[in-house]
Amino acid sequence: MHTTESNPSEQHLLMLSGEMTIYRATEMAQELNSALMQHRALRLDLSGVSELDTAGVQLLLQVQRDASARGIGLCLGELSQAVQDVFDCLNLSGHFSAATATAAGPTQTGALA
Amino acid sequence: MSLDDTRHLFILESRELLESMEEALLALTRAEDASEPVNAIFRAAHTIKGSAGLFGLDRIVAFTHVVESVLDEVRAGRLVTDSAMIGLLLACGDHIGALVDALEQGSLDSDDALHASGAPLVAQLQTCLGHELPAAPGSARPATQTSVKEAGSVANAGSRAGRDAWHISLRFGRDVLRHGMDPLSFIHYLKTIGTVVAIETVPDALPGLAEMDAESCYLGFEIELQTTADKQAIESVFEFVQDDCLVRILPPNSRVAEYIQLIETLPEQTPRLGEILVRCGTLTARELEEALNIQTAAEAGLQAGTAIGGILVEQGVVQPEVVEAALVKQQSMREAKTQETRSIRVDADKLDRLINLVGELIIAAASTDLEARRARVPVLQERTSTLTGLVESVRDSALQLRMVKIGATFSRFQRVVHDVSQEIGKDIALELQGEDTELDKTIVERIADPLTHLVRNAMDHGIETAEIRAAQGKPARGRVGLNAFHESGSIVIEVSDDGGGLKRDRILAKAIERGLVDAGAVLSDNEIYNLIFEPGFSTAEQVTNLSGRGVGMDVVKRNITALRGSVDVRSQEGVGTTVSIRLPLTLAIIDGFLVSLGDSIFVVPLDTIDECIDMSAESGQDYTNLRGTVLPFLRLREHFGMDGTSTTRQNIVIVKHAGQRMGLVVDALLGEFQTVIKPLGRMFSHIKCISGSTILGSGEVALILDVAALFHQAGNTAARTSEPRETALAA
Repeated sequence: MHTTESNPSEQHLLMLSGEMTIYRATEMAQELNSALMQHRALRLDLSGVSELDTAGVQLLLQVQRDASARGIGLCLGELSQAVQDVFDCLNLSGHFSAATATAAGPTQTGALA
Repeated sequence: MSLDDTRHLFILESRELLESMEEALLALTRAEDASEPVNAIFRAAHTIKGSAGLFGLDRIVAFTHVVESVLDEVRAGRLVTDSAMIGLLLACGDHIGALVDALEQGSLDSDDALHASGAPLVAQLQTCLGHELPAAPGSARPATQTSVKEAGSVANAGSRAGRDAWHISLRFGRDVLRHGMDPLSFIHYLKTIGTVVAIETVPDALPGLAEMDAESCYLGFEIELQTTADKQAIESVFEFVQDDCLVRILPPNSRVAEYIQLIETLPEQTPRLGEILVRCGTLTARELEEALNIQTAAEAGLQAGTAIGGILVEQGVVQPEVVEAALVKQQSMREAKTQETRSIRVDADKLDRLINLVGELIIAAASTDLEARRARVPVLQERTSTLTGLVESVRDSALQLRMVKIGATFSRFQRVVHDVSQEIGKDIALELQGEDTELDKTIVERIADPLTHLVRNAMDHGIETAEIRAAQGKPARGRVGLNAFHESGSIVIEVSDDGGGLKRDRILAKAIERGLVDAGAVLSDNEIYNLIFEPGFSTAEQVTNLSGRGVGMDVVKRNITALRGSVDVRSQEGVGTTVSIRLPLTLAIIDGFLVSLGDSIFVVPLDTIDECIDMSAESGQDYTNLRGTVLPFLRLREHFGMDGTSTTRQNIVIVKHAGQRMGLVVDALLGEFQTVIKPLGRMFSHIKCISGSTILGSGEVALILDVAALFHQAGNTAARTSEPRETALAA
């Protein structure tokens, strides 16, 4: 997972890649938490996520809840196929689309791999 | 525990379950709301089937399985419980009872005739299963999911969502992930056995990024699954997580009430769950709103009592059956809880042995007390006095163990009334009163047959046909009542009806015809009515299967007399009849009062005694002036034909029985005494006025007077007084 700092006052892009599973869940939780503490708006790019299990789904749901509780804008960027499959299976697209609709803050246009 | 013991337990448990099944079936005939009795009936059959399966009792399993299938349909609302169905289920309950009896006698596998008799029942049950009512309307729900943007592999929610599918609620345990399992794989697996029509993720338990343990699982799911698999197959999907996860499965076409129940068992808030179910397509928003309204109204009804329930019903917000069912359910749950947790099965023999020992204890304590008094050692007297007090308490407690409420016996009559009223084609209701009245266990067992005969009589000959009742302006539904209460040391059981009453003239005529009574004799109405207890007496014009052959009433009387009781009948033509049975409260130990007559000592049962006074008679007469009223007395010395002359100072013990009072003239009053009744032995059993004997502390034998018999012998000269009824038993 690596981050790209584009504009501190605008939406921060967070790219999550690799396995988003229970094996890295604790580590990712900490990073997501600190990201939420540092930024007013976040965008999660999941195009690089190769695998998503329930722990990973849980993290995403948790981040969304925390973001909305703290008034931080959160939206999802592009989803990898793995992520899309899981979202379809659990009918989660709605959860995050709704989040997108209410997210505040200008979105970053420009280079997002 | 050996196999025989557990099998015996199965037999006992099955009989109890069958009893509650029968009660519930009869409750169905009366109540409006069927859901609670139906659930109880289903549970009974289901449990019997399961237990029978454990023992490999295939024939019981096979029969009960068909019954259970029908009950499942009833529970799901696909079959109605009309009186035909109830009759069929009652018959099935009887058959299962017969199978259990056969098991007890070891003839379950060999008795082919028994199984042949079950075949027509099975056929009827199968017919019910084949001709189900069309499924409750629940098809094509408008899609209420607002958030689905993609179609994806989730079936389109606009089609066949909602109640035509199985509803699965999952709440995974915290350690699921740590145990190496992933909820996703369960859901994938579900798709292999059916189509996931809708799925909602429930992230409500998530605590927060900072607090969460990322390796714990906080997620739940609500799933609508369309499948041809049965419940067991679906359950087996979750076999490995069953222990620490919440898995709830509702079959298709479950009623709204069952979803409300589901909501109540899930951890999240009701409105939130309702919203999730609506999103799943399980319920429509309107159904949810209605159901929640009903739920909160029912809860309010429970808290505030019928007043609010009534108001809500008036406003049309709540269906009366729902409120009543909620109240009844809470009540029965309370009762069931107290009964389950606070009673214990005891061998009847052990109890008898205990009471025997207590009896010996009383005698030993009494003789110790006596010695202590003779020895005139104050400290010792004090101690023995304490001892006597404690022994009295033990005695009371031991006797209480043998007391059972008559309510259980009374409830059995619901079935009798139900069956008989159908048989004879009359509409009759049974009213019960005094179900909490307690009496000795042995009496309860022996009173059942006489009571049954009296109830059948009341129904067959007492209650008139509907036409006659209508002509007389009586309500079409006849009333048979069972009542029990305590009165001066006895228990009184009344069987009453609001039928045509006894036909005085016909009875008298019949009695004269049979030579029981002289043609010119003058008898009071009461005496005439009591003639019906004579053997071979029947004025019924039609002898039916049930009664009318004249072999019933005298047997009833004999059975009751054998219990040291008495029976009496009061009647009014056109209004009704009441048969009263009077029985002693206990057969074993009583409180007694010692009196002496010459050298002999007698015991008078303490609860028959009103008071004791000095002897003073109007000269030569057999009565005395008791504060202005006439009190006749019986000179026992003469009555018993005892030798010797009376002492100068005599006493009168005033005793009461069945509303009458009489004095017994004795020499000295010797005080209270706990009396263990020892039977007299067959040689003396014909002696009328003595009901038993006891051993005094001194070793002497004292005879116990049978007050009822003394009254009877004294004849109609005893004065009549009326007494208020005692409503509580002074334990």
